[in-house]
Amino acid sequence: MAPLDSCPVSAPNSDYDPVEVTPLHPDEIARVTREALEAVAAASTLADLKQVRIDHAGDRSALALANREIGALPPQARKEAGQRIGQARGEVTRAIATRTEELEAVESAARLAAETVDVTLPTDREVVGARHPITTIQELVADIFVAMGWEVAEGPEVEAEWLNFDAMNLGPDHPARTMQDTFWVAAPDGSGSAGSGKVLRTHTSPVQARSMLTRTPPIYVVCPGRVYRTDEADATHMPVFHQVEGLAIDEGLSMAHLKGTLDHFARAVYGDGMTTRFRPSYFPFTEPSAEVDLLCYVCHNDPSAVSSCRTCGGEGWIEWGGCGVVNPRVLVACGVDPERYSGFAFGMGLDRTVTSRYDIADLRDLWDGDVRFTEPFGVGL
Amino acid sequence: MRVPVEWLRTLVDLPADVTTAQLADRLTMYDLKLEEIIGGGISGPLTVGRVLAISPEQQKNGKTINWCRVDVGAQNVESVLDAPGVDVPSRGIVCGAHNFAVGDLVVVALPGTYLAALDFEIGSRKTYGHVSDGMICSTSELGLPDDASSAAGILVLPAGSAEPGDDAIALLGLGDQTLDLEVNPDRAYALSLRGVARDTALAFDLPFADPAEAVAVPAGDGGHPVRVEDPEGCPVFSTVVVTGIDPTRPTPDWLARRLTQAGMRSISLTVDISNYVMLELGQPNHCYDRAKVSGDLVVRRVAPGERLTTLDDVERSLTPEDLVIADDSGVIGLAGVMGGAATEIGPDTTDVIVEAAFWDPTTIFRGERRHKLPSEAAKRYERGVDPALTLVGAARVAELLVELAGGTLVPGASHVGSVPPRVPVTFPVDLPARVSGLDIAADFVRDVLERNGCTVESDGTSFTVTPPTWRFDLNDPYDFVEEALRSAGYENVPSVLPTPTGGRGLSRDQELRRRVGHVLAGAGLTEVTTLPFVGPTHFDRLGLPADDERRRQVLLANPLSTEEPGLTTTLLVGLLRAASLNVGRGHDVVEISEVGRVFLPTEHETAAPIYGVDARPTPEQLAALDAALPYQPHHVGLVLVGERERSGWDGPGRPAAWSDAVAVLRRVARVLHVDVTVRAAQVAPYHPGRCAELVLTGGPWSGTVVGHAGELHPAVAAEHGLPGRVGVGEIDLDRMLAAAPAIGPKPSFSAFPVAKEDLAFLVAEDVPAESLRAALASASPLVESVRLFDVYTGDQVPEGQRSLAFSLRLRAPDRTLTDADIKAAREAAVQAAAAQFSATLR
Repeated sequence: MAPLDSCPVSAPNSDYDPVEVTPLHPDEIARVTREALEAVAAASTLADLKQVRIDHAGDRSALALANREIGALPPQARKEAGQRIGQARGEVTRAIATRTEELEAVESAARLAAETVDVTLPTDREVVGARHPITTIQELVADIFVAMGWEVAEGPEVEAEWLNFDAMNLGPDHPARTMQDTFWVAAPDGSGSAGSGKVLRTHTSPVQARSMLTRTPPIYVVCPGRVYRTDEADATHMPVFHQVEGLAIDEGLSMAHLKGTLDHFARAVYGDGMTTRFRPSYFPFTEPSAEVDLLCYVCHNDPSAVSSCRTCGGEGWIEWGGCGVVNPRVLVACGVDPERYSGFAFGMGLDRTVTSRYDIADLRDLWDGDVRFTEPFGVGL
Repeated sequence: MRVPVEWLRTLVDLPADVTTAQLADRLTMYDLKLEEIIGGGISGPLTVGRVLAISPEQQKNGKTINWCRVDVGAQNVESVLDAPGVDVPSRGIVCGAHNFAVGDLVVVALPGTYLAALDFEIGSRKTYGHVSDGMICSTSELGLPDDASSAAGILVLPAGSAEPGDDAIALLGLGDQTLDLEVNPDRAYALSLRGVARDTALAFDLPFADPAEAVAVPAGDGGHPVRVEDPEGCPVFSTVVVTGIDPTRPTPDWLARRLTQAGMRSISLTVDISNYVMLELGQPNHCYDRAKVSGDLVVRRVAPGERLTTLDDVERSLTPEDLVIADDSGVIGLAGVMGGAATEIGPDTTDVIVEAAFWDPTTIFRGERRHKLPSEAAKRYERGVDPALTLVGAARVAELLVELAGGTLVPGASHVGSVPPRVPVTFPVDLPARVSGLDIAADFVRDVLERNGCTVESDGTSFTVTPPTWRFDLNDPYDFVEEALRSAGYENVPSVLPTPTGGRGLSRDQELRRRVGHVLAGAGLTEVTTLPFVGPTHFDRLGLPADDERRRQVLLANPLSTEEPGLTTTLLVGLLRAASLNVGRGHDVVEISEVGRVFLPTEHETAAPIYGVDARPTPEQLAALDAALPYQPHHVGLVLVGERERSGWDGPGRPAAWSDAVAVLRRVARVLHVDVTVRAAQVAPYHPGRCAELVLTGGPWSGTVVGHAGELHPAVAAEHGLPGRVGVGEIDLDRMLAAAPAIGPKPSFSAFPVAKEDLAFLVAEDVPAESLRAALASASPLVESVRLFDVYTGDQVPEGQRSLAFSLRLRAPDRTLTDADIKAAREAAVQAAAAQFSATLR
């Protein structure tokens, strides 16, 4: 209710006295409404619109003032005038609301446009880490075998000579036990000579021995790990490298199961269509023994590609590792009954798997610790 | 083992259409792996020529070339106009070499000749202004070994050794190919043509006539008198004697060529024959000049002080373990390894004692290693020489000395000892099939073994097999499986995936180590692997005190470098070395980690026992093995150089600090669910005021220090060339894994509203923040968490004190806290700080 002192006073009217009130004249209402709508449309900012609202829809606007005059009308005329004013005020209010939305959208868009950034700015302030490919390839291999139901076995790197050699049917006079291959732990007498009965393991085979000594068949274990040979470091040799060996001991295992396992392993690492082939060979701990070759994963021994293939040197096959049926002498030394159980074993180098897959020319790159070597690998191969 | 194919074909009737490559492929599948095929890479009109004229011509490039006319017999063409003063039919050839003269016999590759050494077919081509109609060849172009006489280039043939126009391929044996086979140590018999021929016959399903059986063995006593005093070291010893040989006779070309192709030098006829028989039959033998031998040949061990000058003119001191041949003058040969110079065949030798023996392989192996004297004889003896062949071998040498050197065989032989008997081996007839997984019939097995020289008896269910004298690798049933499989074909083994009964997946330790690896990478660290070989100088560079436990290393008897005599006790040596390398290569930011083993000697080092292999060691014996091994835990180490957070357009960088190293290791502990706290420590190689030790809290190992982290001592950083402040840390991961609970903490939280209280205390500056934090955390059960958010010294903080500001979150599990609850908890915290650390509220 507007304050009384602002109201034009009129005399008491009777229903029968038509009173002429100028602001309520239809033409006048149409005029002020038109003016208000024009002002709303003309407002180009929310601030302008705020002033328009005050001028044309506020308490002192022409329509608000006209509204107050309704009381001066005879009762019969009030309804019609009220409707007329109400429609006009509603029209103006709606126009203001619509225009407000329009202007808000425009202004919001302008504000966001002003906040535009250069999204090509670098976002690399956080240091990104990476895992060594030798670590991840060991995990990859372990996972392939774990998926087949095998387990991952581990053992010490400084190992008992008996486990590294004797238990593996490498007798005391086997060439592999001479000083040129094996790092011997110095004797405890301080003389600096060998005779400690301890070596840096020359292969992961002592883990196989430990597995047989601590588990009961059936045994299916894969043993990735570090091994040592007395090779001076150069582009193709390191005194430390990595192997994975596998051992299966069960009833009725044969070379065929070995072949099946290696074929599966090859497919899991290098993809479908991979296969392996056996060539006869010799290892003291297996009999029969075989070298296993991997179908070249680049040329696939395809006649049109093999002759120019650099990965396999035109052979179509890549030497992968050694394998065979576990020599029953090894079973006996490790407490497995060779009459009941048989088994197979295999082993291959992992370092060369990495270097050949990623065209790494120098093995020393694996060991130098240059972060640029490892960074491209991220956290997985 | 180098096997001349021409020689091999004289011993086994290989079809002419079998190529050398096919032969090599088959032998590879019979466990005689091809290393390479040598020779045979020349085809076409390679022709003997006589140089008729040489016209030297100076070229603009400073070189002088020779424009030659060469008479190549039937290959000559009409002379051309620019020929240098010769108008007889011949060929004009430009040659850049100068080590030949007019009249010399040379080898000419006429157009159409393919030379494998150049991988090139010679053509007629215009060069230096002439049409050169071929090439005068050097030794290397012909694929022949260079020797001193040919070092200058062109191969000049001895005068009169050929006529112009002769086929030089046949003349020089260039068409012959030699297989270089890798012979595994179990196949000693294949270190002979006899053995390779037997396997070749087997591989191609051909009949085989043993060349040893073709040798006439002398009957009756004779030879040179022999006494064997060590029958274990020398089970069989044979000699024959040939007299009246003509020492001037040369070695026939065919024999010299076979020797050369087999990789041995031709020396003199007698020596060549000796070597030839070793290659042919696999029986090493020795020829003594009988005139230089005094008295009986005696096989014995060495007496103290004895010495021997061997054939290589080195005087060697002998040890009592050495097995030798002696005569009245003393030691004249090192058994099975090398003969002595005193009784050597010389240019005047006419009477020869031929000795062939069977030596104990282990004795020879040890002797060869002891004297570091590898020889062709020792290589065969240590692997095993056919003990039944001594007399045959000696007789074969004698036969050739008679045939080629004009000698006369003295009837009879001396022959001491007997061939050790072979033990028959029995196994089920289906064993080869069961072990290989290949359907190998019993009849097939029997046939293969007999062709290998075995004697086979069968009762239908099992074989009883006696291996031949030359097979040292056939002792166990599975050894015969390999022979059967070799013939059945390794390539035919089927592929069958076994089906294990189901494993348990990764062990918990394996899974946790992976988790740690991912956390380290997630923390921005790049993993490295470093070599474990270190020495005292590395520990010096770390500034480890003289009595530091980490200086006690596992030492190696044969380290690669005297600087690095043993294995590392800390990963920091390798990590700092890697950090130095990176900084040296220009990297400003080097944040690296390693998960690897260190090697810590046991308190009292002992030798690990060696057990037999006939049965499983007892549990006590196995425990003794492990007890002798050093502790080899996995450690986690890290080095942080440069900006931990890099500077960028949106803010300045933040250099790595001691706290980053601690943070990474705490993060490792957190993912393992291992509770650790830190406290100050002073340990090399850390900054004495910026080193935290990580201590296990709770659990059975509560209080155990598991590692350290902090800032690298500035002097150590400078020593390694590392700029700025360097964060380092190392923990014993194995101890962490042992402390890791099988089940991690369970989630526990309240949904009631939180109340937050910030409290700043003034406290003596030597009070560890962690201690005060812990006191606040345990002041009231309502304290949910306490977080330090500010450390301040300076204005308004008294000297010797600092302000530590903590943010406390208070919450009850079962109700909304009242004002009184909050006030009480706050009071309790303030009280605890005051009571335990005299801390006052700011």
